[in-house]
Amino acid sequence: MTDNSLTLGESLERQGVTRRGFLKFCTATASMLALPAGMVPTIAAALEKARRPSVIWLSFQECTGCTESLTRSHAPTVENLIFDYISLDYHHTLQAASGAAAEAAREKAMHENEGKFLLVVDGSIPLGHPGYSTIAGISNLQMLEETAAGAAAVIAVGTCAAFGGLPKAAPNPTGAVSVSDLITDKPIINVSGCPPIPSVITGVLAHYLTFGTLPELDQYGRPLAFFGTSIHDRCYRRPFYDKGLFAETFDDEGARKGWCLYKLGCKGPMAYNACATMKWNQGTSWPVESGHGCLGCSEPSFWDAGGFYKALSIPTGDISRTAGYAGAAGLAIGAAAVGLNRAAKSRAKKQHGTVTVDDLEKTS
Amino acid sequence: MIEPMDFLLWVRGTAFDVSLSIFVIGIVLRLFEILSLGRAANLAEPRGTEFGPGMKTILTRNIPEAGTFKRQPLTVIAGYVFHIGLLISLFFFVPHIQLFAATFGFGWPGLPTPIVDAATVLGIVGLLAVLWNRLTNPVMKLLSDKEDYLVWLLTFLPLLTGYLAYHRMVDPYPLILGLHILSIELFLILFPFTKLMHTFTLFLARWYNGAMHGRRGVQS
Repeated sequence: MTDNSLTLGESLERQGVTRRGFLKFCTATASMLALPAGMVPTIAAALEKARRPSVIWLSFQECTGCTESLTRSHAPTVENLIFDYISLDYHHTLQAASGAAAEAAREKAMHENEGKFLLVVDGSIPLGHPGYSTIAGISNLQMLEETAAGAAAVIAVGTCAAFGGLPKAAPNPTGAVSVSDLITDKPIINVSGCPPIPSVITGVLAHYLTFGTLPELDQYGRPLAFFGTSIHDRCYRRPFYDKGLFAETFDDEGARKGWCLYKLGCKGPMAYNACATMKWNQGTSWPVESGHGCLGCSEPSFWDAGGFYKALSIPTGDISRTAGYAGAAGLAIGAAAVGLNRAAKSRAKKQHGTVTVDDLEKTS
Repeated sequence: MIEPMDFLLWVRGTAFDVSLSIFVIGIVLRLFEILSLGRAANLAEPRGTEFGPGMKTILTRNIPEAGTFKRQPLTVIAGYVFHIGLLISLFFFVPHIQLFAATFGFGWPGLPTPIVDAATVLGIVGLLAVLWNRLTNPVMKLLSDKEDYLVWLLTFLPLLTGYLAYHRMVDPYPLILGLHILSIELFLILFPFTKLMHTFTLFLARWYNGAMHGRRGVQS
């Protein structure tokens, strides 16, 4: 464990991080957050002096994928050190303590840093029944409400915490909801993605340490710097889309040539995330580069947005069948109408009598 | 907070199924109605054939009559411009073709997006021109009723929302994409019961005109 009283600058120095390495990180952070280069010294000064904020990490209905993503990001980089040097006081997957001792750590962090600690949540919260997901016998809802009450801000990590995610997919058996559905009196920042990009978390933390505020957010409460443009608009395969060159299957010539994956169900046009620019695994690659369409995992309800392998423009239902049934129904109703018409016509014909001039004179 | 996405899922799901059903039932019913009505037997001796002149007229009526062009050049030009723009953006934009392929089981090659984009602008400009003509030309104004303006709006909205969605001019994207799909659903629902039905009846009317004249041995 490290000393909580050290500033970030001091801790980094102890870990052998050079001034150059530190400034490089600050520059990268500034560019990541779309801040002008003139802000780099400000960020550096603020980060150096910053005390490690206490962070409580709550995991609810989740798969631990978000934690995996963050902890297994790149081997020791400055980003990881920053991440290590927040004071992660409670994280039930990563902490050594368990049971009562673990809960005691949470209580302690909550009370010692009342109103100052950051609350990170991954996973959705079940409202269907408190027993669907509990930690140390405490329901997720109760733990969230209790902990959020004293938090400075809440960071909802992953699509489950941000929007309900997979647990909320139809028919939503647990009645899963997002953090923002429950907490309305605290600033909430949604870092969506299944899982989200690790650097986005460190970027948000760096912003918070530097300015003491949360970064600018989009309409879904996500940091604009990372979620401001669509995958489609930043995709290196976009020129193929515009030229009309598409992979039709996963192993045809188009796929081998790296053409656009729209027809194979890529949800890039509706997905807002930074994958196309920041990439994954130390900038090695990202889903579209590996030959698979984007699932749109950073968007609300992405599990219910039609098949992953159906183009975005295709409705979610079986339209071929609908059109067939409707056509058959139209024919049936049409035939019935024709029948009625014919019957009326023949009735009229039968009632038709001939009239002669004499007849007319008689009646008049 | 997630209403735009729920809205998009609704227009891509239930709403599309409902509007497609109304469209298909309506079209089949209207065509059945027209075709099954039949016509009274013409007992006069025919002077020529019906089929050939009928088919020929379907094609020849694509060319505007010289007199009409002289009297109403704007109607003819803007009418063609918007129809061509509309047809290109409807049938040659790859996401649209994917939709047709999912419905009919077969597709066709699309056009590059800059061409479709230009066609959409032509369609929008053409539609604005015909509206302006309808509002300023006294004869057109007198001839127009509520349905004409409704049909104009039903055609204009998909083009406008499609353009806005493609260029991401409205935030959030799921909202404008949903509105685009919704505008097409309104179009589909009202199509069989308004003048939009001319898409199909146009060919029947032309054929009948040609055939009738052909039977009488006169030019159509």
